[in-house]
Amino acid sequence: MNKTGSVIGISGPVVRAAINFPVRMFEIVHAGRESLLGEVIRIRSGAADIQVYEETSGMRVGEPVVFSGELLSVELGPGLLGSVLDGIGRPLARLREEGIYIGRGANIGTLDESREWNFSPQAGLGDTIRPGETLGTLPEGTRILHKVLLPPNSLPGRIDWIAPPGEMKLREPVCRFEDGREITLSHRWEVRRSRPFASRLPFNRPLMTGQRILDTLFPMALGGAAVIPGGFGTGKTVTQQSLAKWCNADVIVYIGCGERGNEMTEVLEEFPTLMDPYHNIPLMERMVLVANTSNMPVAAREASIYLGMTIAEFYRDMGYAVAIMADSTSRWAEALREIGGRLEEMPGEEGYPAYLGTRLAQYYERAGRITTLGKAGQEGSISVINAVSPPGGDFSEPVTQSSLRLSGTFWALDKSLAQQRHFPAINWQNSYTLYDESLAGMFAEKLGEEWSRLRLFLSETLSQEKSLLELVQLVGRDGLSEQDKWTLNLSELFRVVYLQQNAFDNIDAFCSLAKMKGLLETLRALDVFVSERLKEGLIFEQFSEIPLRAGLLRLRGTPDTDFPEFAARWLDETKESLDRIEVVVR
Amino acid sequence: MNLYREGYGSVKGIVGPLLLVSGVREAGFGERVLIETPDGLRTGQVLQVDGDLCAIQVFEGTMGLHSGGTTVWLERDIVRIPVGISLLGRVLDGRGRPVDGTPLAFVEKTIPVNGLPLNPVARTSPNAFVETGISTIDLMNTLVRGQKLPIFSGAGLPANRLAAQIVRQASVPGKETSFVVVFAAIGITAREAGYFLDDFEKTGALNNGVFFINLASDSAVERLLTPRMALSVAEYFAFEKGYDVLVVMTDMLHYCEALREISAAREEVPGRRGFPGYMYSDLASLYERAGCVHGCAGSITQIPIITMPDDDMTHPVVDLSGYITEGQIVLDRNLHDRGIYPPVNVLPSLSRLMNKGIGKGRTVPEHRAMADQLYAAYARARELERLKLIVGEEGLSPLEHRYIRFGSAFERQFVNQGESRRDLLASLEESWKSLAVLPVSELYRLPDDLVSSRMARGKDD
Ligand SMILES: Nc1ncnc2c1ncn2[C@@H]1O[C@H](COP(=O)(O)OP(=O)(O)OP(=O)(O)O)[C@@H](O)[C@H]1O
Ligand SMILES: [Mg+2]
Repeated sequence: MNKTGSVIGISGPVVRAAINFPVRMFEIVHAGRESLLGEVIRIRSGAADIQVYEETSGMRVGEPVVFSGELLSVELGPGLLGSVLDGIGRPLARLREEGIYIGRGANIGTLDESREWNFSPQAGLGDTIRPGETLGTLPEGTRILHKVLLPPNSLPGRIDWIAPPGEMKLREPVCRFEDGREITLSHRWEVRRSRPFASRLPFNRPLMTGQRILDTLFPMALGGAAVIPGGFGTGKTVTQQSLAKWCNADVIVYIGCGERGNEMTEVLEEFPTLMDPYHNIPLMERMVLVANTSNMPVAAREASIYLGMTIAEFYRDMGYAVAIMADSTSRWAEALREIGGRLEEMPGEEGYPAYLGTRLAQYYERAGRITTLGKAGQEGSISVINAVSPPGGDFSEPVTQSSLRLSGTFWALDKSLAQQRHFPAINWQNSYTLYDESLAGMFAEKLGEEWSRLRLFLSETLSQEKSLLELVQLVGRDGLSEQDKWTLNLSELFRVVYLQQNAFDNIDAFCSLAKMKGLLETLRALDVFVSERLKEGLIFEQFSEIPLRAGLLRLRGTPDTDFPEFAARWLDETKESLDRIEVVVR
Repeated sequence: MNLYREGYGSVKGIVGPLLLVSGVREAGFGERVLIETPDGLRTGQVLQVDGDLCAIQVFEGTMGLHSGGTTVWLERDIVRIPVGISLLGRVLDGRGRPVDGTPLAFVEKTIPVNGLPLNPVARTSPNAFVETGISTIDLMNTLVRGQKLPIFSGAGLPANRLAAQIVRQASVPGKETSFVVVFAAIGITAREAGYFLDDFEKTGALNNGVFFINLASDSAVERLLTPRMALSVAEYFAFEKGYDVLVVMTDMLHYCEALREISAAREEVPGRRGFPGYMYSDLASLYERAGCVHGCAGSITQIPIITMPDDDMTHPVVDLSGYITEGQIVLDRNLHDRGIYPPVNVLPSLSRLMNKGIGKGRTVPEHRAMADQLYAAYARARELERLKLIVGEEGLSPLEHRYIRFGSAFERQFVNQGESRRDLLASLEESWKSLAVLPVSELYRLPDDLVSSRMARGKDD
């Protein structure tokens, strides 16, 4: 039965209701005459404080508040892929039917009940099914095989009846157990509760991103967590979108958490036209977009990351590799801070509530590579990629620091690189990955033992550049040998040709591992050859006019199939032109 | 509306711009109130309700307000602004009342000033090139129709002059009609406001726009209302009447200071430099009111002006604005001191929507490449300027000297265009001229064939 209290106070998104009955923490309420959705966040002295997911202006003291007894949950089932939801799971495309603005009090279900799905049973009469085990499958889009599992919060049962192959709607029963329970294609799950799994697996498979600097120097593991902090305009969103496009996950959950409306639109316009490079299906078919932009209510922004994570877990449980990106964690933390402020809580560091770190940890802990429930447990994973927007670009602030502690890969964006239009503006000196060792085996298997030596060649050149530049600052250019000058030139080539990657160029946006290796090998061959000639007495100035940079950029732009041949030819030509230069005896 | 009027007499306190009254029945959050005092009427808005106690922000300020003899009338409605086509050509105060006292000829309806969030699904990506006639913007930080692109300025830098120039010159090539200008002066001086209005008058923009004026001497609380009213009017013209609207808001720093004042009076936990923790969301609720919508001919393009106190780009108002807007045009004191106008420093400037509006079929195919080339070369030139201080003139190679020459040609010719309007082709021409200092091998961002045909042409001349 519903219980009804009444509004006694309103401060922005926080509404206080007088109650004379017990209520649950995080219980869902419908507040005011417009029945705005909210959640109980504090219970104190005969009143419940409620964070309301919609704009409260116009709400008055004395209006009713109906307590539902349930916690915030989302309906999980086929049809999530390709959809766009707000922070509390309402489909924006259907809200759109009511006008260009998002009004208040709209109560629309996440999934389309009328849509039909082509179900095929995978279990038979008399089978005992435990939570997480498969009842049947249905195609969701062209590639994803949606598995209908017994929800993890159900009891096991023996099948008394199972639907025959055929078209089926969301709420229709697909199976009945001997105890009379009926199972449908969808079930609800409380978003703040993590979904169970059998066991964790090690971080020994890479999440390939197609981004040269990331895959080469700072690779991330499937099931791992990466943070991308950076000041405004340094490339967090572009990097996350590139990963959403080109990473090798099966399913992407992209959360626009307190960021721009136009960036959501961009995803919606662009992704359906792009092809997933691994599976050749439109990218939108593997995406779920959660869009709670900066001008949408803050309380729903707070909820949005849990909604996204629950959806990610749902597909993980089917045995898929899911990547979840939130842009940006800082906006989520600010929502937490704003609500905390309205409750007049004691603030912690920089005004953030003292529980910031705990809440963040609860989110990150839901990532991982795991074995799913059930007797035929499969591998599934959730990889987290979070953007962080530190005030003033200063990484010492609490959200960056807490995120750092919880993640394994740190891709630090650098304002000065961005200003020089060196993109992605990932600082190779400050960034790191903790998955290096656990992934080494896998990379060696894919690319041979050579790979680790090539990486070393790249990182050593870059660190030599750093010390040489420091030297120049101290003693000027006179201290540089010819070899040093070449090293500086080589590292510039690395920066321009290898580290820089244009996300807006059709070919360059995605780089295969094979091409990465090919480029590194070409640069190393070049280095070997030039260094030899320098030993013979060649002066750096003598060949500084050879357009190495232009040639390598062209090489970078060649399609994978032509690459080996082009690279070989370019090396030959370059060697020839170097050979033509004569050593001048001084 | 008078039906609901209920008066309350018990003023509990007056704190800064806030009035606290008790004994209010069924107060509504965000609703408007009328404050009757022995010496006249004021208006306000309910900021917080706690039982029968209300915190009210008084738009006229609380100076001279009586704690006794003051009655608060609940208007039972949120804050709205009357709109209609007849708004065009009108100058209004910061609260939307005509400055000349003549009421609007025809009011179509009244709309809430807070607006509602646009459904992201209803948006379409802004992608129409806006030619501002300014080389550093058009060629390197292209503005597109529906973008929010602020100008980051410093005290004494000519942001107003630049904004006025953009208003004067901006056009969408191929479109007959010009922008409807909605202008919000927020806490600027009478002299600055006069400068804008004069300029708008001269160019005719005054007849084709709506002008909200909140001066430095006006109430600070009113500043919270001014941009909201302006944006509601902009939405009306853009999404209901199909106009391309250009909104200029100046100065957002003053807006944020007003926000801080209210926050301090409410004794909220202060964030960086005393600004409230919710300033990001608050600013976003303004800046996000820009864009283009499916099936709608109109659009809202925003050019907010933000003064960076002490030229500090990490100041919270500037920083948060940068996190919300789609790029920024940054003015530079050093360039200004050297007499360069407009003193746009292209390196920290950025237009995030640029790629959508340029290239083949929109502007010229080599647009992106040219911008990248100029960026790469100019960044190098600036870096070498610094190196020169360490290693001296002699320490630099001949190539590096050419880069330094490029840097100064770029600033003196390309950036320093003055009041003139350059169309895109003229800007491109200027860019080739400054790049001519560099050897062809350095123009690696540009397509080879383009460079060679250009060089061939150069020889013919
Ligand atoms: N890999 C890239 N290739 C080309 N351009 C890039 C790349 N990364 C970033 N950029 C450029 O940098 C701009 C800003 O990037 P982005 O919008 O991702 O910044 P951000 O860090 O998300 O900023 P904010 O915090 O304000 O959202 C882009 O509009 C684009 O011009
Ligand atoms: Mg971003």
